[in-house]
Amino acid sequence: MISVKDVRKKFGDNQVLNGLDLEIPRGETLIIMGRSGCGKSVLLKVIAGLIEVDTGEVWIDGTEITTLKKKPLNQIRRKIGMLFQSAALFDSMSVAENIAFMLDQHTDLSEQDMRKIVDEKLKLVDLDGVQDLRPAHLSGGMKKRVGLARALAFNPEIILYDEPTTGLDPVTCTEINELIRDLNQQLQVTSIVVTHDMHSAFSVGTLMVMLHEGKQIAYGTPEEIINEDHPILQQFILFGAPDQILNINNPTLKEFTGRSTNGA
Amino acid sequence: MSNPPTENASSGENTNILKIRLHYMLSEIGEAVSLLAETIYQIFKRPLQLDLLLKQLLLIGFNSLSVVLVSGFFTGMVLGVQGYVQLKPYAVEGSVAQFVSVSVVKELGPMITAFVLSGRIGASITAELSTMKVTEQIDALKVMGTNPVKYLVVPRFLACSIMLPTLTIFSTFAGIFGGFVAVVSLFGFNGYFYVLEVQKHLFIGSVLISLIKATSFGMAIAAVGCYKGFSISTAGGAEGVGTATTGSAVISLITILVLDFILNHILFNILGLI
Ligand SMILES: Nc1ncnc2c1ncn2[C@@H]1O[C@H](COP(=O)(O)OP(=O)(O)OP(=O)(O)O)[C@@H](O)[C@H]1O
Ligand SMILES: [Mg+2]
Repeated sequence: MISVKDVRKKFGDNQVLNGLDLEIPRGETLIIMGRSGCGKSVLLKVIAGLIEVDTGEVWIDGTEITTLKKKPLNQIRRKIGMLFQSAALFDSMSVAENIAFMLDQHTDLSEQDMRKIVDEKLKLVDLDGVQDLRPAHLSGGMKKRVGLARALAFNPEIILYDEPTTGLDPVTCTEINELIRDLNQQLQVTSIVVTHDMHSAFSVGTLMVMLHEGKQIAYGTPEEIINEDHPILQQFILFGAPDQILNINNPTLKEFTGRSTNGA
Repeated sequence: MSNPPTENASSGENTNILKIRLHYMLSEIGEAVSLLAETIYQIFKRPLQLDLLLKQLLLIGFNSLSVVLVSGFFTGMVLGVQGYVQLKPYAVEGSVAQFVSVSVVKELGPMITAFVLSGRIGASITAELSTMKVTEQIDALKVMGTNPVKYLVVPRFLACSIMLPTLTIFSTFAGIFGGFVAVVSLFGFNGYFYVLEVQKHLFIGSVLISLIKATSFGMAIAAVGCYKGFSISTAGGAEGVGTATTGSAVISLITILVLDFILNHILFNILGLI
């Protein structure tokens, strides 16, 4: 269970998060939507304890983390796997060393056992034979997947995905979506997924939230979100979601589609 | 991280700007000191990370040994020539060996080594760490439960503190040898006498001073390099990395000079070492 309570964060004069509230019950997959620059990545980093908030609270499994000391915070972080938007691979290490990093740091596993886990996680993200390459030699999409494999290496209970499918081809994209859903259904992982891809949002999300100007403007299950009567939200969904998902009876959506057919 | 205020203000606002700048400078020094304190605390915590330390030691050694030797050698040659020419009118050119060895051991050996390393190692530490910061690798470390100070700063700090005195020994010998080559080849100085004179004036105390200075310079270079690397704003990008890197070299040079003055005062005036 993760909850974010009235969180505010300002960078200079830029009020990025402005009294944000959010709840993610255990085992759910929350999709975060919002315009570019609205603070989605900042929110993930706040939840991971990487960015200090100005005010507000972040609770993870009953612990408030914004005021936590380094040591207990690190203990909580071991439960969290995070895929960064930029993948953030260590470029001084090979792919295998990147993926095995947490195992190397926090366990006494043998080289062999670590290698086995690395191979297994790479298979999950549909990559193989790149174990000994440096991140600089990978394509953007491959880096993303290595980043994902690294996030999964320690079998996290909570996974934060920052745009997991951006830059991937449609086939890999679908595989990653299935992976996220499998992790959620089989291992009861709690996930937060930032994505602009409405296909993947509706295929993996069990809960959805729309951020706008530092606050949530809509929150609920995918069905509730489709029926939510909010212009910014419907516009977002209209331009991204597959047709069969749209609720054509939604009054706001009707207005938009009406307008766009008039315009055409 | 706040940015330093810019200078395009009217004269009326000058005192204000000055205050802000001073405040900025003090807060930066404060942050650097707290990083240093955390580093020292983390040195004594497990695990030892000997593999990381070894990697840094080798990196510094390989990168700097030749430059340190060459710089030391030529500094010694310059000292030999200058010393001989300056002492000759007073008919005490026989003391040139003492002049060279004492200057190199107590002052120029550690200093030259520190200068070379601040340009090579200090700057590269800043470049590496600031790149890791802007590409979110430091965040990735943290999220995986690893303390970046322990993992990145401690090995670099220890390696610099160990390698600086080590390399200083090399540069010192190169300097004394450079002086030897200069005076023997240019002025026909008696080489055997030179060696004897050097031995006579090489005290344990002087060597100790040299090593204390070198170790302190090593710590300063690593501290400045790491601090400048960490303190870059994530929003800085590649440009920020460049600025931080040149800034790091300049600041560690100044720090070394100031530190040298302070250490001279403490070691010679207060503790009365020779
Ligand atoms: N470390 C930082 N320092 C200053 N400003 C920052 C920092 N991190 C983020 N910001 C600002 O916060 C705002 C939100 O950034 P964020 O990266 O969260 O956007 P986003 O919603 O993830 O966008 P995108 O969809 O493009 O990834 C931006 O205006 C950005 O400039
Ligand atoms: Mg983002």
